[in-house]
Amino acid sequence: MNRTAQVWLALGWIGYAVLPWHLTGGLLGDLFGDAGSGLGLGLSGRAWWLLPFVLPFALATLAALAPLGRDTKARLLVLAGAVGLVWFVLQGFAIGLNGWTAAWLAELFGAPGPRQGGMGFGAALAALALLMMLSQGLAAMGWCHGDAFVTATIGVVVALIAVFVFFPVLSILASAFRGDAGALSHEAFTQKFLDRSIWGLDCLASQLRCGVAWNTLFLAVLVGFGTTALGLAFALIATRTAFRYKGLLRVLTVLPIITPPFVIGLALILLFGRSGAVSALLTEWFGLPRSRWIYGLPGVLIAQLLAFTPIAFLVLIGVVQGISPSLEEASQTLRAKSWTTFRTISLPLMQPGLANAFLLGFVESMADFGNPLVLGGNFEVLSTKIFFAVVGAAHDQGRAAVLSIILLGFTLAAFWLQYAWLGKRVYTTVTGKGDAGVPPPLPRRVAWLSYAAALPWAAFTLVVYVIIIVGGFVRSMGRDYTPTLEHFLTGFRIETTPQGLYFAGSAWNSFSATLKVAAFAAPITAAVGLLTAYLLTRQNFAGRRLFEFGTMLSFAIPGTVVGVSYIIAFNVPPIEITGTAVILVMCFVFRNMPVAVRSGIATLSQIDKSLDEASLTLGARSFATVRRVILPLLRPAVVASLVYSFVRAMTAVSAVIFLVSAEYNLATTYIVGRVEAGEFGLAIAYSSVLIVVMLAAILAFQLIVGERRLGRRGTAAVPAPIGNVGVQAAG
Amino acid sequence: MRPMTLIAGLIGLVWHAAGAHAQGQLTIYCSILEEQCRVGVAAFERATGIKVSMVRKSTGETYAQLKAEASNPRADVWWGGPGDPHLQAAEEDLLDEYKSPVLHELHDWAVRHAEQSKWRTAGIYLGALGIGYNTKVLGQRGLPEPKCWADLLDPKFKDEVQISDPNSSGTAYVMLASMVQLMGEAEAFDYLKRLHQNVNQYTKSGAAPVKATALGETGVGIAFMHDMVTMIVDGAPVKTVAPCEGTGYETGSVSLVKGGKNPENARRFYDWTLSAEAQSLIGRGLKIFWVPSNKGAATSPQAPKLTEMKLIAYDSAKYGSSAERTRLLRKWDAEVKSLAK
Repeated sequence: MNRTAQVWLALGWIGYAVLPWHLTGGLLGDLFGDAGSGLGLGLSGRAWWLLPFVLPFALATLAALAPLGRDTKARLLVLAGAVGLVWFVLQGFAIGLNGWTAAWLAELFGAPGPRQGGMGFGAALAALALLMMLSQGLAAMGWCHGDAFVTATIGVVVALIAVFVFFPVLSILASAFRGDAGALSHEAFTQKFLDRSIWGLDCLASQLRCGVAWNTLFLAVLVGFGTTALGLAFALIATRTAFRYKGLLRVLTVLPIITPPFVIGLALILLFGRSGAVSALLTEWFGLPRSRWIYGLPGVLIAQLLAFTPIAFLVLIGVVQGISPSLEEASQTLRAKSWTTFRTISLPLMQPGLANAFLLGFVESMADFGNPLVLGGNFEVLSTKIFFAVVGAAHDQGRAAVLSIILLGFTLAAFWLQYAWLGKRVYTTVTGKGDAGVPPPLPRRVAWLSYAAALPWAAFTLVVYVIIIVGGFVRSMGRDYTPTLEHFLTGFRIETTPQGLYFAGSAWNSFSATLKVAAFAAPITAAVGLLTAYLLTRQNFAGRRLFEFGTMLSFAIPGTVVGVSYIIAFNVPPIEITGTAVILVMCFVFRNMPVAVRSGIATLSQIDKSLDEASLTLGARSFATVRRVILPLLRPAVVASLVYSFVRAMTAVSAVIFLVSAEYNLATTYIVGRVEAGEFGLAIAYSSVLIVVMLAAILAFQLIVGERRLGRRGTAAVPAPIGNVGVQAAG
Repeated sequence: MRPMTLIAGLIGLVWHAAGAHAQGQLTIYCSILEEQCRVGVAAFERATGIKVSMVRKSTGETYAQLKAEASNPRADVWWGGPGDPHLQAAEEDLLDEYKSPVLHELHDWAVRHAEQSKWRTAGIYLGALGIGYNTKVLGQRGLPEPKCWADLLDPKFKDEVQISDPNSSGTAYVMLASMVQLMGEAEAFDYLKRLHQNVNQYTKSGAAPVKATALGETGVGIAFMHDMVTMIVDGAPVKTVAPCEGTGYETGSVSLVKGGKNPENARRFYDWTLSAEAQSLIGRGLKIFWVPSNKGAATSPQAPKLTEMKLIAYDSAKYGSSAERTRLLRKWDAEVKSLAK
């Protein structure tokens, strides 16, 4: 038994015998009272069901101390961990706040039965130790080539995904099969599932509207293709042309990601609405009648293209950069024209990036809530339908769950299509061999096409942001353009009092809570996400596909459903964390992790395994290999996931609207409240403050993580594939 | 070892944050405007010394949250928002019964509301449903100013009327239920079908038509009159009228959450919200233009006058029940919303 396992055993004993098991009470309250440790509560009879935990810990201690064979010790350790974890789950779910949680238990053992509160420090530490003992034991038995780092990582990530993704999702999906009275029935499900408002195809034959499922699918496909094409255009311009205003372009591609929802929609209305600025000009100059065309598919499509193109760019920039110039040079040496080279070498090598970019655009569009809410008009999509099924006048949670299942189905289909398309081909271009190639300039028609796609889009973004900036500084956008600082003062006034500074503005509370939560969530997201990506690309283990699917699951489910499912799952023991910052952090981590995973996978699939193998051959263990070899090559992905999760934690609405509490209110829910109350000025002013904060954070992440250094030469056409801070900031 | 220590440390930290979460002495879910929530809570804290945690959420969100938290309630009081969801929560046994000693100070409509809920909620304000219109837009298009529900059926108003969708908005459900009570069910649905030809959009949120009217995105919006007045005071070219045939209203409510952890303080807060002092403060004091339920509370001079409108006797017991609501919504979906235009 190695040192690590022994340390975990010791920690496990501390968690079980010393620290308070439940949430109530202080850190070291009276050990045999209500705030006692697991062992204390078990011995004193207050919680007899905690006593059986002695068995796994004793087994593990036996393995550590007794003179046994290596294999026997490993088996004992595995047995201890498995038995402990199983009992942990059983007792946690069987005994709730008000006694037995299932009717049959109450019937069997008599109601109301024993009670217990949520898990505390002790329980958490003990559970973690059991998990670690299990993975150490499995490694010792030869799993994953006996690599304890790999088994432990798999164990932790699987446990986290099980607790924070599968568990809440299952609890809400169960409600899809509940009828109005609460009893389980598949009739309730079938009836809701086959509703004409979901699957109707009336729009093909008449003026009536099509079903909401078709609307969503159609929109998501358009957005997926649109964002991928635009993102590719930007990535090509940024890496392979001598375009002069790259800096400006990069800023423009960053802005939409760091813009709180509702704001883009609001700006579009102020521009193109019936009373919008552009509409007014068109009426004046060309006599075009003012219309409401922006409300519906066109408006939502424009807003989503604005909002999600940067994500595609973010995925593609790393991929385009990573393509080995040697292959392209070889092609040109063989007399291929630049267009042929682009079509037959560069583009196919970008396939993982293109597929991932499309998938993200598709899924983001499906889950987007703010833009359809503001601009949807009579064009309904699943995400808003789900939100209003939960909070609307009908209050039909079952319907929300049914709609979520449909949404999930679409996402999974996209996921499998992508998998089928990429197949088992190899996209490795970053290898251990020296690669001193020079990327060729873009073929002329590709360059022009890129400019034609990207520049008008950039100009458009610029106009939208001018509106947003102006909106914060005038009395009432669209009506009264008197300049004022009033909105900023309401939100962010600071007064000096004899006791020091007093943050009198109404926005400070939510602002500081948001910063805290985002700062916590970002590094955890990046760490868990990239570790997952590493496991998925570099390790082979049973259930890998299911595991990958699990990581995508929380992303595919719309925020509203995630929010409600988190309350249902985590408001009661064993894991009772509603009303705290923890639930917000966890929600963000598992909602945003898929982006970290995707960008990690995209980057890792370009890095040749021979690099890891070289490191392993030279005697480094997996952990050292990850830290010294893979992590430095992953820097673009690290920055991407840090930035993405930080930004999303500051801009997400639908998932957290149910999770915010009095103490931890978030900026976005505050802004939504302002929009609801019609205070657009304050909403826009607050949003612009958030934008500035996020820009600063992005630069900070960039500085801390640093650049990936690939052994490549710079050229005139590519002034700085290595040192281009801006691109990386964008990613 | 090191990454494991890191993970252990992180989890420890996260758990610590959970443990350190402090409990206020009173937790309120507030569904009126944020500013009102804040001013009200501050005044209550000053007056009683009770530490209040408040979170502002829309009515639908609060209802969904109360339902999700039913097995372990987090809140003590639900303050504000239309009466129907409060009644539905009462029906589902999420609220506590309480007869406040202040009830006798209230207007009849507020007491009737409490009675219909079997004393599980009480009215704090009344907001009448009305028509709001943008005078600039109507002027440009040469449209007459509407005075009655019937005026909105004029084909000249094609694509100029905006209402919210009763499936998602409590406001629109109040309108649907009011029409049924005002005209009788068959005629009400006939009216709504004809109105459908003039509706440009069924918005998700009940307040959206107000903003659209103020910005000129629609000529006419149907919503609560006090929200329209807020836009008028803000300088928007908007006018609002109570339709001549009569109109329905919402009864803004306050309720005690069943199983709340601080019942004593919750009752004190409940009584306080019904007092004349509190209602003057969060109504007129903040330029909110509804009608307070306490007879002694001051009403804003710009607020819509109850004497100038014909209010129906809104039967919240019948129309707030889940069964009737579901039936009406299904009927509306089938007969009105799916109509061709």
